[in-house]
Amino acid sequence: MGALLLGALLAGPAPAQAQTKTLRFVAHADVKILDPTFTTAYITRNFGYMVYDTLFAQDEKGQPKPQMVEKYTTSKDSKEWSFTLRPGLKFSDGSAVTPADAVASIQRWSVRDTFGGAMKAAGAEWTVVDARSFRLKLKEPFGMVLDALAKPSGFPLMVMPEGLAKLPTSAPLNEVLGSGPYIFKRDEWRPGNKVVFVRNPNYVARREPPSGLAGSKKSNFDRVEWLYLPDANSAIAALKNGEVDYVEQVPPDYIAPLRSDPGVKLMANSTQQAQLVMNQLHPPFNNPKVRQALLKAVSQERFNAAMGYPLDMRMTYCATYFICGSANDTPAGSEAYRTPDVAKAKQMLAESGYKGEKVVLLMTSDVTYLNALSLTMLQTMRSIGLNVEGLTMDWASIGARRARRDAPEAGGWSAYATVANEFAINSPIVSTYLSASCGNTLPGWPCDKPLDELRAAWIRETVPAKRRELLEAFHRRAYETVPYINLGQFSPAAAARKELKGADKMWGGMPNVWVLDK
Amino acid sequence: MNYLIRRLLATLPVMAVVSMVVFLLIHLSPGDPAALIAGDLATGEDIAKLRIALGLDQPLWRQFFLWMGRLLSGDLGTSIFTQVPVTQLLAQRLEPTLSIAVLTMSLTLCVAVPMGTLAAYRAGTWIDQLVMVFAVLAFSVPVFLVGYLLIYTFAIQIPLFPVQGYMYLSKGVGPWLTSLVLPCVNLALVYIALITRMTRATVLEVLQEDYIRTARAKGLGVLAVLGHALRNAAIPIATTVGVGIALMIGGVVVTETVFAIPGIGRLVIDSVQHHDYPVIQSVLLLSAGVYVLINLLIDLSYRLFDPRIQY
Repeated sequence: MGALLLGALLAGPAPAQAQTKTLRFVAHADVKILDPTFTTAYITRNFGYMVYDTLFAQDEKGQPKPQMVEKYTTSKDSKEWSFTLRPGLKFSDGSAVTPADAVASIQRWSVRDTFGGAMKAAGAEWTVVDARSFRLKLKEPFGMVLDALAKPSGFPLMVMPEGLAKLPTSAPLNEVLGSGPYIFKRDEWRPGNKVVFVRNPNYVARREPPSGLAGSKKSNFDRVEWLYLPDANSAIAALKNGEVDYVEQVPPDYIAPLRSDPGVKLMANSTQQAQLVMNQLHPPFNNPKVRQALLKAVSQERFNAAMGYPLDMRMTYCATYFICGSANDTPAGSEAYRTPDVAKAKQMLAESGYKGEKVVLLMTSDVTYLNALSLTMLQTMRSIGLNVEGLTMDWASIGARRARRDAPEAGGWSAYATVANEFAINSPIVSTYLSASCGNTLPGWPCDKPLDELRAAWIRETVPAKRRELLEAFHRRAYETVPYINLGQFSPAAAARKELKGADKMWGGMPNVWVLDK
Repeated sequence: MNYLIRRLLATLPVMAVVSMVVFLLIHLSPGDPAALIAGDLATGEDIAKLRIALGLDQPLWRQFFLWMGRLLSGDLGTSIFTQVPVTQLLAQRLEPTLSIAVLTMSLTLCVAVPMGTLAAYRAGTWIDQLVMVFAVLAFSVPVFLVGYLLIYTFAIQIPLFPVQGYMYLSKGVGPWLTSLVLPCVNLALVYIALITRMTRATVLEVLQEDYIRTARAKGLGVLAVLGHALRNAAIPIATTVGVGIALMIGGVVVTETVFAIPGIGRLVIDSVQHHDYPVIQSVLLLSAGVYVLINLLIDLSYRLFDPRIQY
């Protein structure tokens, strides 16, 4: 034992590793799936941004900017577009990025993404023109081509080699080869514990400074380690101790203590919305009047407070289905619901024709903030007289159960609470539940033909003032049909070591770690 | 040798039953890994295609025999989620788990056996009472709470050890040992409490035997007497140590979670939460195998302590 201890004192880390500039980043989840074209899981999307590059990207103001694309042109009727890639782009194995790779990646993306699907519906045809250019031809006008190509979340359009992009979309890709700022070190990957990236020597950075997901992504670190620390207390202790540099998601109860820690800086890392998803195939939530009655009883303030976020990290009330303060922020149609009123909600429920049908509320047990939302919702539903039964289960089981179309009393479900990031909310086309047209297979199965028509018109429209009118009409209709209930807007916190530079430039919950330095 | 062969053969039906029960339990539990992998926006068609790609559309009996067939040829399968071979996942996790188990049990034996023996020898005195108070405390305070206290004291207030993480032996003995001190102390406290009490009780009983009185009457020193006593008290202690090691290989989830040690315990929990069937099946089978093997070793060890035992 003595010899062992002596050895312990003498031994140290390998010298090569000591010289490597490493960022230790505590990610919000464990990376399990490596294919950002297959799942909308944020952690897989974030993984994608580390290793892949995009044709366009949103800057910090949310504007689409060319990224892998050097220049583009469009015809007067916006039906023909041509794009030229920047010269010298390479994948991390040194092979050149070609327009064929870009076109194949777009086609893969179009299979699953709502934007891609909408472009396909508008008759989009993508063709390779020459060694650096490709072309888009549309049969119908499509007002959001650049927004689609720069879509930051859900399924962002990431460019991979043609050979990979053409593999079947029925199962996730396992191979990873991108032209982004980092290379994934598969040999050091320990699922459930650590993902390692090293700087990609073949990455060709833009000249513009980083802004949002746009501009240069040149890394200041040789190596980035994403650690998965499931115990929040240990993650925070590791940050305080300087063992890690950044914690992506700080639980609400750690926010106050960290604010008073001189070695740590705390910041909001994104904007999120809490949501109640309702099964619209079966009673009672197949009746819009019941959904309206429940909406009238919802106090966003109560739901946000239940999650435990401090006052400066949550909103008392946000009228818009989109994000308050974003370009699409509108209160249109919300007037009747601004003040929660249980008595009025009870009256609305009585007038809705509700016959006491059973409501099965799926309540998450293993995600603290979702559990808080579920408990508050259970109380809200009971307060207006809904015959509700709360079924507590882990999130994985909810994931399986919510796919069932059976009636609630036959093993199905009626409602569950969840949260979504701003990029999965902030417009009629990216919002998961507002973009779901009739015939969709999204759990909840919302369907409203007028809403579909307004969305389609908004997508087609290219004149900004008319688009705004259509957006407001869409929003008003959404408040009539209530595809889901907005339970409130809040900002999860991230924390960084004081000496870490650039943490304030982290953007929207994205892993744009190339802005960091120390 | 005959006994050994008979015992090893007897493990085969045990393992077969375990594998069948494990397979049925996890496949019949609610939850669909395909729906989890496919995510929020997947259509029913997407999920169905994925189920086909993963082989989950096959009848249960066929999935079982396919799995058994692969198992018999040494292939534990591939994780549904990460697509990493299960053998690789287990290999990554085995070193931290074995390191924790061996160091924890070494520390436990170094502390618990002398402490329990001393308490027995000084039964009824303040030393005995002090040891028993410590044992009750160490056993009753929750492991996670002790873990947090250790982190606060020896990682944050007095920065001697890291808060979290495991350093593989390939990075050097120093970093490896440093990363294990707090988790092993945390875990050892429970086992020290348990084995101290066990040692005290058995040694106390042995000390009242006639042959001990005879040994004392012959003028043997304290250490020699205690040596005799310990050898006779060793069987229940060895049994407890064996079960303790088997439990640690099966997974010490709380300690692994608090100290972010990527061991088998966390692998199990993670796989269960995600319904990652091939991983759960393999880990549970491994745990069952370890239990069987350790029980065999314990039985064999009895002969070392008591040559009168014959198999």
